Amino acid sequence: MSRKLYVNTTINGEEIEFLCEPRQSLLEVLRDDLEMTGTKEGCNDGNCGACNVIMDGVLMNSCLVLAAEAQNRNISTIEGLATPQGLHPLQQKFLENASLQCGVCTPGFLMAAKSLLDHNPDPTEHEVRHWLAGNLCRCTGYDKIVRAVCDAADVVKETA
Amino acid sequence: MATVWIPSQMQNLSGGIEQVTVDGSTVREVIANLDAIHSGFRERLCHEDRLKPTIAVVIDGEISSLGLRQKVSPQSEVNFLPAMSGG
Amino acid sequence: MSATSTSVNGNGKYKVIGTRPIRPDGVDKVTGRALYGIDMNLTGMLYGQILRSPHPHARIRGIDTSKAAALEGVRAVVTAKDLPPAGADEVISLVEGTFRLTHLRSNILAGDKVLYQGHSVAAVAATSLHIAEEALRLIEVDYEILPDVVDVVAAMQEDAPLLHDDLTTQEFGEDSGKKSNIASHIQFKLGDLEKGFAESDIIVEEEFNTASVHQGYIESHNATAEWKTDGQLTVWTSTQGAFGVQKQTAGILGIPVSKVKVVPMEIGGGFGGKIPVYLAPQAALLSKLTGRAVKIVMTRTDVFQSTGPTPASYVKVKLGADKTGKLLAAEANIAFAAGAFPGSPIGAGAVCVFSCYDIPNGLVNGYDVVLNKPRSAAYRAPGSTQVNFAVETLVDEIAEKLGMDPIEIRLLNAAEEGMRRVDGAVYPRIGCRETLEQARAHEHYQTPLTGPHRGRGIATGFWMNAGLKSTVTASVNEDGTVNLMEGSTDIGGSRASIAMQFAEVLGLPAEAINPMVGDTSSVGYTELTGGSRVTFATGWAAYEAANEVKRILITKAALYWEAKVEEVRFEDGDFIHASDPEKRLSFKELASHLVDLGGPVVGTGAVDPDSGVGGSFTTCLADVEVDPETGKVKILRFTMVQDAGTAIHPSYVEGQMQGGSAQGIGWALNEEYFYSEGRMKNASFLDYRMPTCLDLPMIETVIVEVPHPQHPFGVRGVGEASIVPPPAAIANAIYDAVGVRLRDLPMRPDRIFSACLEKQAATVAT
Repeated sequence: MSRKLYVNTTINGEEIEFLCEPRQSLLEVLRDDLEMTGTKEGCNDGNCGACNVIMDGVLMNSCLVLAAEAQNRNISTIEGLATPQGLHPLQQKFLENASLQCGVCTPGFLMAAKSLLDHNPDPTEHEVRHWLAGNLCRCTGYDKIVRAVCDAADVVKETA
Repeated sequence: MATVWIPSQMQNLSGGIEQVTVDGSTVREVIANLDAIHSGFRERLCHEDRLKPTIAVVIDGEISSLGLRQKVSPQSEVNFLPAMSGG
Repeated sequence: MSATSTSVNGNGKYKVIGTRPIRPDGVDKVTGRALYGIDMNLTGMLYGQILRSPHPHARIRGIDTSKAAALEGVRAVVTAKDLPPAGADEVISLVEGTFRLTHLRSNILAGDKVLYQGHSVAAVAATSLHIAEEALRLIEVDYEILPDVVDVVAAMQEDAPLLHDDLTTQEFGEDSGKKSNIASHIQFKLGDLEKGFAESDIIVEEEFNTASVHQGYIESHNATAEWKTDGQLTVWTSTQGAFGVQKQTAGILGIPVSKVKVVPMEIGGGFGGKIPVYLAPQAALLSKLTGRAVKIVMTRTDVFQSTGPTPASYVKVKLGADKTGKLLAAEANIAFAAGAFPGSPIGAGAVCVFSCYDIPNGLVNGYDVVLNKPRSAAYRAPGSTQVNFAVETLVDEIAEKLGMDPIEIRLLNAAEEGMRRVDGAVYPRIGCRETLEQARAHEHYQTPLTGPHRGRGIATGFWMNAGLKSTVTASVNEDGTVNLMEGSTDIGGSRASIAMQFAEVLGLPAEAINPMVGDTSSVGYTELTGGSRVTFATGWAAYEAANEVKRILITKAALYWEAKVEEVRFEDGDFIHASDPEKRLSFKELASHLVDLGGPVVGTGAVDPDSGVGGSFTTCLADVEVDPETGKVKILRFTMVQDAGTAIHPSYVEGQMQGGSAQGIGWALNEEYFYSEGRMKNASFLDYRMPTCLDLPMIETVIVEVPHPQHPFGVRGVGEASIVPPPAAIANAIYDAVGVRLRDLPMRPDRIFSACLEKQAATVAT
C-alpha cells in the first residue's frame, strides 16, 4: 500500500521532487525531508509568520500549506533570497540596522518584507507595519525591523 | 569591627537588634563571632561549611562570590540577602 | 518616521566600544543557515512527544502505556517510573535558586500527582512525529480529580487545597514547620515604619493584581538527545545556559555531570524562560531505551501550558509622603504565584519594590506561593515589573494630589549612591537620577500632548546586574585574527559585545575577532545568559583574556627582537621597542611572525565578578490615546531612557531597550493567561495576543552612561530593566487620558471601558 504522494515542484528556481504523506505540511517537508531548515517553525498554526515562504508570488505560512499543494508551484524560501554574488538589500539592511537579536523570526520577516517590496516598492512606515503584522518578533520591538525594510526599499528602488 | 545588618527575619536571634558589630577578617569568622554573641546565626546562615544556597552575602555593596571565604575589613558592612539572579 | 535613537560613544574614550559593527553571526541568521535547536537532524533520529495532563490537579492512579507501545513505529514509552527515585532532602543548586530534586523530577515526569494542566505525564519516541502524536492518544491515564487553586491569594488561605504534602513555609533560612502552599516568606525592614507614616501628610494605599504572562520566545522548547552505549549522553538544545542544562539533566537522571555533554544550539529567544530544562531528560531516557537519537520539540500550546510564565501577583502597597513630596514610609505585601513548585523570584520582587527611591522607613513582606499553574520561570527582570506597577502608580497619585510634576517627585526621592535600600544593602554609584533628568530634558517630555482622550505617563524602574562565572579563551591566528571561544549562548548579539571588549584591549578592529559559543566539553564553565550579565561578566572575561594575550605577545615581540621583555611596550595597538622606536610591530605583523616564536598564543579569562547591588535604572515616557467607545489603548509615542554604564554596541543596547519596552507594553495592555476552571484557555499566539508591529510606534531610546564602578569598561547589564516601567507608565498615561486608575494587569479594553463607565456613573450620581 502506497502511503506517500509524489510531488513535483520548484523551489528557489530549482525543480524538486519529493514524496510526502498527505498529512504533512509544506513546512514539515521543507524542514524535515528536504533539510531546508532556514524556514522556521514558531507555532505551526499560522499565527507567527516564522515559516513564511512565497508561493506563486503570494506570501504564505508554509505550516498552513499541505506539502501536496506544492505540486507545480513556484516556491521561494529564505535559502534563495541571497545570490552567490551577495545578500539581498533586505538582508544587508537587517544586518546594518541590527534588526535581529535571536534571529529565529528573521527568515520569516525577510520573506514577508520581500513579498511587500514585490507588491509595493515604496511603502510608508504604516504600510510596512500593516504588511508585517502577521510576523511576530519578541526580541526587537520591531523598531529596527521597520527601519531596515524602509531602508531596503530605498535601495531596491535605486537599483531597479 | 565589621558591621553586620541583621535581616529582620533573624532579629529574633539578636533580640530585635538590627546592627551588630563583630570582629572577623572573613565572612566565616564574622558569622562565628556573631554566633558567639547571639547563638543560632550559624545554623540560620550556613549549611555545613557553606552559606545556605538561598542566601547571598553582600560586603560593602558587592554581592560576593566567595561566600564564607570572602575577606571582610574592620570598616566593612555585611548584609545577608536572598540569593537571586535574573532572566 | 519619528526621530531615531540618540546614542553615545563609550563616553568618547574608546575606539571599538561604542561603534556599531555588523554582528559576527549576522550573515548566517539572515540567510537561514544558522542552526537552532529546532533545526537538529541526526541520522536515524526518532521523534518524541509528551503526554500532558488535561487536569490542573489530580492523583495518578495508574498509567497504561501498552496500546501506545504496540503502535507500529513506536519505539519507546517512558513515565516517572523510568526516573531514579530521589530523597526528600536532595537538592540541586542552580544560579537561579535551589530546588528539590523531587520537584525537578516530577516536573519532568509526574509521579503520583499532576499539579497543572500541561504537566508532563509520559513521553513517546516514534519513527515520525505523527506516529508519536497518535501514540499519545493511546496512553490511558487513570486520574482522580482533586480540587485545584490557580489564584495566588486563594492558594494562601488555610483551607486551600494543598499541592504538596511535605511543603512547609521557609522563613529565610528557618523552617517554620507549617504545612502550607506558602513555600517561603521573606521580610525586609528599615527604620521605623509607624513613625514614618505618622509624620506623613499624605498616605496612599492600594491593591494591585497582575496576570501570568509568558516570555513568548518564537522558538519552542526543544531537545535532541543521544545516549550512547558507553554511557555518554549528548544533548543539543536551545538554552540560556549549557552548563545549567548539564547540571539539571545529570541531576534529574542521577548521573555525573561528566556523562552529559550539552551543545547549545542557536537559541530563538529566552527572556528567562530557557533556563529550566523541560525535555532533555525525557529525550535522554527515550534515547537510552532505543539506542537512537531522539528529538522533542514542544507545540506552541505546550509552550504556554507547560513552561515558565512569570508569576501572577498580588501586591498591596502603602506609601506616605510629606507635603513637599518626600517619601517617608513604604510598606508592601507581595505574593507571587510560583506555579506548581516553589521558586518564584520573590526575593527580587521584595528587593526591587522600593529600589528606585530613598525611603527611610520601610517594611516588605513577600510570599512564594505554589498553586496549580505551570512552574514559573524567570522573565526579564523577574519579579520587578509586578511590584513596579504598584509603586509607580502610587507615586503618580501622590504627585497628582500634591500638584507636583511626576518627574520632579521622582527626582526628589531618587535613589543615589550611599542610599540604604529596604533590604539593608547600600547603593554604589548608580544612574537613577540621570535617567530621570534625561527623560525630563527629552523633546518628548518637553512637547505638550494635545487632543481628546490622550494622556502621558512616566515611570522609573530598576533591575540588578548579576556577576557569576564566565570563561573566554582566545587563540591568535597567524593572519592577525583571533578565535574567541566563550560559553555564553548568544541571544541578542552578545558575540559582538564580547568580541568588541576583547578588541578594545588590543586595539584590533572588531572584525578581527571571531567569537564562537562553545559546548560544555569545549569551553570553560560559564553560567547562564541571563541576569543582565553576559556583556558585563563574559565581557570582563574577554578583557582578562585579551590582557593575557597582550602579556604573551609582549614576550613574543621581545623574542622577535631578541630584546628583554621589559624593553617592549604595547601602545595604541602596536608593540614597540622602548629604546629603538623604529622597531614597531602591529598586532597583525607580530602574528605573522608567530610561526617561529615558540608556543601558541592563547589567553584565558575566567572570572566570577562580584556584582554590585547597583544595577541599571530605566525611565520611560508613554503617550496613549484611549478609545472611549471600546476602551482600547493606542500607544502614540514611547521613549525609553536607560543607564547602560558604557554601551559597548549601542545598536544592541537600543535593541534590548526596545524589546523590553515592547514586552512591557504587551504585559500592560493585553497579555495574560486566561484561566477558566483551572485551565488556560488562550494557549496559542492567536489568543495570547503579543504585540505586533502594527500595535507599536517606533520606540525611541536614550542611552545614559554612568559607568559601573567595578567593571573595566564600566559596563552595566542592560538586558532586563527596560521591561519594568512600561506597565506603570501606561497606567499613568491612561489616567491622564481618561481619569481612571487601573490596578489590574493587563489593562484590557473591557477593564478600561468598565472603569470609564463607573467613573461616569459616579459623576452623574454626585
